[in-house]
Amino acid sequence: MATMISGVLAGWRRFYGENPLHLLALLGCFALAGYAVSFAVQAPTPIQLGIWFVGAVIGHDLVLYPLYALADRSLLAGRRARRRRHARPSRVPATNYVRVPVLGSVLLLLVFLPVIIRQGEAAYEAASGLTMEPYLERWLLITGAMFLLSAVLYALRRVRSE
Amino acid sequence: MPPLPRTDPVELDPHPRTAVREPEYGFPRGLWAAMARRRPPGPPFSPRTWRSPLRGPWITSVFGAILLVGMPIIIITGLLSYIAYGPQFGQALPADVGGLRLPLFDWPTRPSWLFRLNQGLHVVLGLVLIPVVLAKLWSVVPKLFTWPPARSLAHLLERISLALLVGGVLFEIVTGVLNIQYDYIFGFSFYTAHYWGAWVFIAGFVVHVALKLPTMIRSLRSRSLRAELRTPLATTVPEPPDTHGLVAEHPAEPTLSRRGLLALVGGGVVLMAVMTAGQTIGDAVRASALLAPRSRSYGQGPNDFQINRTAETAEITPTVVAGWTLTLTGGRQPLVLSRQDLLGMPQHTAQLPIACVEGWSTTQTWSGVRLRDLAARAGVPTPANAFVQSLERDGAFNQATLQANQVLDPDSLLALRVNGADLSLDHGFPARVIVPALPGVHNTKWVSSIDLRSA
Repeated sequence: MATMISGVLAGWRRFYGENPLHLLALLGCFALAGYAVSFAVQAPTPIQLGIWFVGAVIGHDLVLYPLYALADRSLLAGRRARRRRHARPSRVPATNYVRVPVLGSVLLLLVFLPVIIRQGEAAYEAASGLTMEPYLERWLLITGAMFLLSAVLYALRRVRSE
Repeated sequence: MPPLPRTDPVELDPHPRTAVREPEYGFPRGLWAAMARRRPPGPPFSPRTWRSPLRGPWITSVFGAILLVGMPIIIITGLLSYIAYGPQFGQALPADVGGLRLPLFDWPTRPSWLFRLNQGLHVVLGLVLIPVVLAKLWSVVPKLFTWPPARSLAHLLERISLALLVGGVLFEIVTGVLNIQYDYIFGFSFYTAHYWGAWVFIAGFVVHVALKLPTMIRSLRSRSLRAELRTPLATTVPEPPDTHGLVAEHPAEPTLSRRGLLALVGGGVVLMAVMTAGQTIGDAVRASALLAPRSRSYGQGPNDFQINRTAETAEITPTVVAGWTLTLTGGRQPLVLSRQDLLGMPQHTAQLPIACVEGWSTTQTWSGVRLRDLAARAGVPTPANAFVQSLERDGAFNQATLQANQVLDPDSLLALRVNGADLSLDHGFPARVIVPALPGVHNTKWVSSIDLRSA
């Protein structure tokens, strides 16, 4: 009996690729997601939800991510180019002193894009009575401060490594 | 100790690891094998593209463990928020959710900062975990381009569930981030979409945790966090080859240590916290949340605090409120009270927060007549609930139903004054509701009538 069960399980595994509980868990997942979407009949419709889901994934995985990767590769290409010119590697590589403030600035831009470009201003003004006028300047100042701090830390590291 | 010479793993390993493990395919075997032979030529499908020496099961599991703690808090505070809106009165959106909600209970009025804490956690945690979510996605992105796209039906189904997980988390972040900035570009109901998106995410999240928890624990045990935090760039080497497809087959020379990457993500978390927490914590530190929509000061006057929906937007003018009276119904006959009548009743003062679903709040000192005194005056001392209406004609929140405990709490007020001055028109003059732990928008402004309903 035991060998028969293990034989059936092994056959199932060859067919499906995992144990039966794996399938059970996934069917539960799809049932729950399907049940949730079945309620979304209007505003948003399942199609609207789907468009925004797929759009979010494409926007991150196939647009934003390749942009970050390309930007980082060009930064590293600059580092390699410097190496070809100089026999000795830089005592204090500048790479991360550029990466960190860029990433900080881009993170804030991504999250706060609506207030920075004043996209929801009419609704914001209706709610709060204020405009979105200061946010672009604030983002630029924060970005400038992060680059300045990074430059100061880089200079200090250079001085200390002399 | 002199730094160890930097080793280049590519040079150390002149014969890069090839796929020694013949992949085992499930049904339909022929299809997966045929696809495997036809790898698309694009760079993302080549293992040579993915060269970060820091990717590996350990680093992915560290980000996963942080999200495993944070995401349930965001999910639960989100579902609690739905209850706080009073679904039993049909005033939580979406109205019909079948079984997809927490068990119903009367949202408490104590502690008075309950809704403030709930929404503060939901929104601030949601925002500060964005860098962790992005780091987690970065750490697993090579698997998006794995080839063949599936090795078995199990693998195919699991990848579909990952689409729900990743699509769900990004959808919730995008809609949440847009909503707190008043950017309604999506054109559908935020509440409804964020709620259903959440359940799709929950479905993907629960199954992902169920399937990956053992892997996460095993991977976390594979390296010591303390040792990683002591390892500088010079001695940073890739994680050992794995079966998950995370460790680069051809790793580049590291430009950042593993602890540096953790510090970078942690720095992003701190940056997001500084930029947002101030609008939840309150007026002393509000201005520190430089990019948050509710970080601005209105001034120092008694009515100079955050406004949600101005009198102008609500079309409430001095003319509209001239000769204002409050109508109380539900008793034997309607009772009409002027503002003078209300000021003649016992006045109560309470310091209460007003907290928005968008995650900002402000605490002020309100005074006015207790709602329970009004209920008694109207002849309904123990109402089952109370239906409050505003002078405002349009607007989704020109009315709200309060539970019995929300009417009877000793600090629940029909406020006439704030911080020792009359309410301003923007804050609801002649009178507004203020109830402890109630979602901000249910503290109806410009109240025109209260219907005290018996069971």
